[in-house]
Amino acid sequence: MLRTLYQYIAPQTLAWLIVALPLAGATINGFYSLVASRFHKHASHSFTSLIGCGLPVLSFVISLLIFVTLIGFSAGQDPTMITGPLFQWVVTGNLTIDLGLKFDQLSLVMVLIVTGVGSLIHIYSMGYMGHDEGYARYFSYLNLFLFFMLLLVLGDSLVLLFVGWEGVGLCSYLLIGFWFEDPTKAAAGKKAFIVNRIGDAGFLLGMFFIYATLSSHNLPPTEHQYNFFNFEVIKHHSAYLMPVATPICLLLFLGACGKSAQIPLYVWLPDAMAGPTPVSALIHAATMVTAGIYMIARLNFLYVLSPTAMQVVAWIGAITAIFAATIGLTQTDIKKVLAYSTISQLGYMFLALGVGAFSAAIFHLMTHAFFKALLFLGAGSVIHAMGGEQDIRNFGGLKEKMPITAWTFVIGAAAISGIFPFAGFFSKDAILWHTFHGGHISLWLIGFVGAGLTAFYMFRLVGMTFFGQPQMGRGEWQKVHESPPSMGFVLLFLGVLSVIGGWVGIPEAFGGGDHFHHWLSGVFGKMVVHEGMEEGHAAEIILTVVSLLWSLHFAILASVIYAQRREWPTKMAEKFQFLYKLIFNKYWIDELYDFIIVRPLVTLSEKVFWGVIDAKVIDQYGVHGAGRLMIFWNRCVTAVQTGVVQQYLLFFVIGVVLILWGFVF
Amino acid sequence: MMITLTHYLILAAVLFCIGVFGVVVRRNILIIFMSIELMLSAVNLVFLSFSRYLGTQDGHVWVFMVLTVAAAEAAVGLGIIVALFRNKQTIYVDEVKELKG
Repeated sequence: MLRTLYQYIAPQTLAWLIVALPLAGATINGFYSLVASRFHKHASHSFTSLIGCGLPVLSFVISLLIFVTLIGFSAGQDPTMITGPLFQWVVTGNLTIDLGLKFDQLSLVMVLIVTGVGSLIHIYSMGYMGHDEGYARYFSYLNLFLFFMLLLVLGDSLVLLFVGWEGVGLCSYLLIGFWFEDPTKAAAGKKAFIVNRIGDAGFLLGMFFIYATLSSHNLPPTEHQYNFFNFEVIKHHSAYLMPVATPICLLLFLGACGKSAQIPLYVWLPDAMAGPTPVSALIHAATMVTAGIYMIARLNFLYVLSPTAMQVVAWIGAITAIFAATIGLTQTDIKKVLAYSTISQLGYMFLALGVGAFSAAIFHLMTHAFFKALLFLGAGSVIHAMGGEQDIRNFGGLKEKMPITAWTFVIGAAAISGIFPFAGFFSKDAILWHTFHGGHISLWLIGFVGAGLTAFYMFRLVGMTFFGQPQMGRGEWQKVHESPPSMGFVLLFLGVLSVIGGWVGIPEAFGGGDHFHHWLSGVFGKMVVHEGMEEGHAAEIILTVVSLLWSLHFAILASVIYAQRREWPTKMAEKFQFLYKLIFNKYWIDELYDFIIVRPLVTLSEKVFWGVIDAKVIDQYGVHGAGRLMIFWNRCVTAVQTGVVQQYLLFFVIGVVLILWGFVF
Repeated sequence: MMITLTHYLILAAVLFCIGVFGVVVRRNILIIFMSIELMLSAVNLVFLSFSRYLGTQDGHVWVFMVLTVAAAEAAVGLGIIVALFRNKQTIYVDEVKELKG
């Protein structure tokens, strides 16, 4: 059947459709929204939903087709496809940039996650955003985000990746500030955008570094000679980059820190929760924030050249993982808890990248996309039911009223806590095991403690939200209802994925095939991952069981305490007042940044840039100076125009005499 | 002494220059007006001199043309002067400078 299809349309052409369809959706809905508001009409929900959800789903179907095709047609070989340049974007003296898509094991996984989870969240949004004024605008932004995200994961060069990178940043800004009438939400959007710019500056510098290094060598003349940013070219010539691998990798990692919310640039992500909840699920949990992990995994051949950079990545990841987990323990906003948990999980992924377990990082990225999307959508369902309330202290006992949400949420929480046999169990233990096995005992310890904290704060959330006694008034309790089927269906679907999603990567120690790692070994090579694994099976089993028990006991502890004995944590908080305040106020990091960066900058710009340079120099000499110059010339010229006709005539006569003079002599 | 074309032309040039001088220098609008007439007469003189010198009648024809136009111009110009005097109660042109920039 596929062969019949490919008689009419080449797989390469079909591949471009994956990217093009969401862009088409964004354009159509964007114009539709504009035209509708121009004529003061309400945009039709059914049309918007059809375009806004239909095209991403179609995109997902095509991704599946390509996936099946590449597996089927490349028996035994690497399932890769490069669409070749659609056109040459930049052609200059010694730099060429082609636009092409690259399908390999890594980008196939990413495309399936992005379009799959993306489509589910689009469907969920139909229910969640159903009453919103900006329905068409919302879907337009969401489709645009999908377009840029697909460009990011499919682009065959670093430049195309960067285009997608900036594009998703833009969409993130637009969607965080979706309800821009509220100044705090608009400010959260701006914060995300500006913090990301800091990281992007590092990313750009890293790109320049690669270009400068490669262009200073005489590469052998091929058709790709000047395609310095193409991944294949970089990989092929990575030996030239060896001496400067550390600065390049660190600069690119700074970009990843911004996009993937790692220390020190994580501060924007908790604020980004101001956006609609499906947006938090799609952009700020499942896909966009994993772009940094994807980028490093994509450039793994560069990172393995620099052990220093790998160390930095691993340590930043591990510290972020535990740092964010501690903050998550005390937050009372349901979305903030999930946001800090996202930061923490991203830290785990960076830890995996840093210790060279690239496939474990991508594995965790995938399972995290499933269960974190599930958790956020579950939280959205709760917020929807509670009429916008987000404080978990006012929830409680909700499992009576909304069983689907409650039980899928429990599945998600179990998955993120690493409880057997849910998805997170396999991916998180893959990370911890590779860290331990690589000899990074201190990093492993941090990750291990963090895993316990994860279980604790997740089941604190579960206990306070769904179990125990209802903490709201009777009237509100009456109004709580289960969400519409379009939302419930997505929750169930993601719930199933959160259970079985990890089974593709059951390690060999447990009798599984470890398919996920084998699948990705075409991209990452077999170097770090499988060396001497066979002897380690016993150790792996022991470690896994220990960390399972560790997480499980925290999970049970937290759910019992927060469902039945809510006064205990309060007493604990009073006892360790300083510690509690420190964590509750998020280590005052926002205040610190405000004090050492934001305020000096604001003062500098008010006093110097505005007060002196703008007001004095530009206004006085530039703007007013130009005006004064004009007035001066005006005086000179009007002096001649006296209004006395005789003087004009005099000039006229003088002119005639001069002309005649010229003729005669 | 033979009176040649050159003498006529020099006379015409002198008359024309007196006219220009009068227009540029005098303040009284009537004198300016008369100076313009003087310039027209100087031009007429040139026409006639050349007509005579070349032995053709073209110059004569043009002189009648100029005289006609001068008469029309005198009518319009005097009308403007009357209108000006009615408005400004002056015939001195340097007191009329509404066009000053």
